[in-house]
Amino acid sequence: MDQIIIQTLHGLVNGMVLAMVASGLTLIFGIMDIVNFAHGDLLMLGAFVGATVLGMTGSYWLALLGAAIVIAILGALLQVTTLRPLIGRDPLTTILATFGISLVIQKYALWQWGPSVRQISEPVRGDFNLFHLQYPWYRIVTAVLAGLILTGLWLFLKYGKYGIWIRATTQDRVMAQAMGIPVPLVYTAVFAIGSAMAAASGVLFGPFAGVTQTMGFDFTVRAFVVVVVGGLGNLGGSILASIFISLLESYAAILVSPAQAVIVSFVVLVLTMLFRPTGLFVPTPR
Amino acid sequence: MLILENVDAHYGKSHVLHGVSIEVRAGEVVGLLGRNGVGKTTTLKAIMGMARRTGGRITFEGRDLEGVPPHGLAGLGIAWVPEERRIFRLLTVLENLRTGLDRPGVTPAHRDALLDKVYAYFPILKERRNQAGGTLSGGEQQMLAIARAMMLEPKIILLDEPTEGLMPRMVAQIQEIVHALHRDGVAILLVEQNVPLTLDAAGRVYIMEKGTVRHHASAAELRADQRVIHEYLGV
Repeated sequence: MDQIIIQTLHGLVNGMVLAMVASGLTLIFGIMDIVNFAHGDLLMLGAFVGATVLGMTGSYWLALLGAAIVIAILGALLQVTTLRPLIGRDPLTTILATFGISLVIQKYALWQWGPSVRQISEPVRGDFNLFHLQYPWYRIVTAVLAGLILTGLWLFLKYGKYGIWIRATTQDRVMAQAMGIPVPLVYTAVFAIGSAMAAASGVLFGPFAGVTQTMGFDFTVRAFVVVVVGGLGNLGGSILASIFISLLESYAAILVSPAQAVIVSFVVLVLTMLFRPTGLFVPTPR
Repeated sequence: MLILENVDAHYGKSHVLHGVSIEVRAGEVVGLLGRNGVGKTTTLKAIMGMARRTGGRITFEGRDLEGVPPHGLAGLGIAWVPEERRIFRLLTVLENLRTGLDRPGVTPAHRDALLDKVYAYFPILKERRNQAGGTLSGGEQQMLAIARAMMLEPKIILLDEPTEGLMPRMVAQIQEIVHALHRDGVAILLVEQNVPLTLDAAGRVYIMEKGTVRHHASAAELRADQRVIHEYLGV
C-alpha cells in the first residue's frame, strides 16, 4: 500500500514536468503543423543556461526566469530564420530541419559545456517522511510550480487577447489573417512560448538528475509519445496523457525495474495508434 | 474605392479569372451575379490575396493591394464573409467577435458599443455569446460571420452568398442587415445567386460568366428588363 502511494506521488511529479515539456510541443504542432525534433534540445540548452545563471547569481529563480527568456529569444530566432521559410512545404522538410537544429544544439552544448554532468542545486532543501522513504520537498515544489505555469498558460490561452489570436490561428489560419491577426508573428510567438516552456522544464528537472548535453533526446521522445497519445495539437489531452503515462510507468516500476517500466509508455503509444489514432483524450475527432 | 482592373487569377494550374474589371464606390452596394463556378468567389479571394493573381491590378482607395500582406487588409478596411462562413468552431461566439475587436485603438467603451450594436441586430448572438461557434445553426453561423466582419468597422464588406442554404426567415434577416450596413455607409460587394435579393439590395450589378464580367447595369435597369438575367442565369 505505501508503495502505491509513493509511486503515485512520484508519477504525478514526473507527469507534471512531462506535461510542461509536451504542452510546448503540442502547441507548436497544433498551430504550425511542425514536428519539432529540437524540442528536447531546447530543454537541455535551457537547463545549461539555467545552470550558468545559477553559477553567476546563486539564485535558482533568476536561473529559471533567465533560461526561459534566453531560450524564448533563441526559439523566436530559429523560427524566423529556419522554419518560417519552410511554411507550406512538405512536413518532411520541417522534420529534417528541426532534426538538424537538434544536432547543432547538442554539439554546441558539448563544445561550450563539455561532456560532464552539471548539477543544478535545488532551491528548496529538506525532506519529509513518507513511510520508509525520505521524500524531497523539492519534487513537490516542482510539481506545484509546473502546475502553476500550466495554469498560467491555460488562462493566457483562454482569456488573453493573444491567447485568442493563437487559438483562432490554430483553427483557421486563413480566416484569422482575414480578421487582421498577424499570423506570421503569432507563429513566432508560439514557437518562443513553446521554447520557453521547454527551457523552464529543463531548469525544473535539472536538480533531479543533473544536466547533460544528451538529456534532450529522451525528453523529445517521451514528449512525442504523450502528444500522440493525448491527441496531436490538443493541449488538455497532452497534460492528461503526461500524468496518465507517468503514473502507469510509476506503477510498473513496482513490478519491474524502472528502466524496464519505460516500455509501458511505448505500449500505450502503440495501442493508441492502433485503436484511437486521434488520441486517447479527444472526446470527438474534429 | 475598390477597383479591379483586368484581373487574371489561377487556382493551381487552372485559369479561373480572365480580365475581371469591377468597381465599388464608397458606401455603395454592388451585386455580383452568376451561375455556380463562374468565378464570383474567386474574385473575392483574389481581392483577399488568397487566389493567385497572375495579371491585372487591384487597388483600394488608390493603394495597390499587391504588396499588402493578407493580415493587412482588415486594417485597410476590407472585411470578408466567406461562403463557408469559417466560424472559429471551438471559440465561443464572443471570442469569435473578439478576433475583430482586439485591435489597436479600440477603447473598452468603443468595444462595448460595437458589441451592443451587433447584439441589437442579432439578439440570438448575445444569448449564445458563451457557446462554441461550432454549435450554432447554419443561419446563426452566418449571422456570426457577418457580425464578426462588422467588428472590424470595415469600409467595405465582401459578402459571399450570405443566404445560401438559409430558410426564408433568415434570408429576410440577412437582407435587413445588408440594408442597415448600407445606411451606415459601409460598401458591400455582394456575391449572390438569389436574384431578387441582389436586385433589391444593390445599386449596380455585374453579371459574370466563364471567369469574366459579361454585363454591367444598374439594378433598376435589370429590374425593369430581366432579359439579361434570363440569358446569363437562366431564371
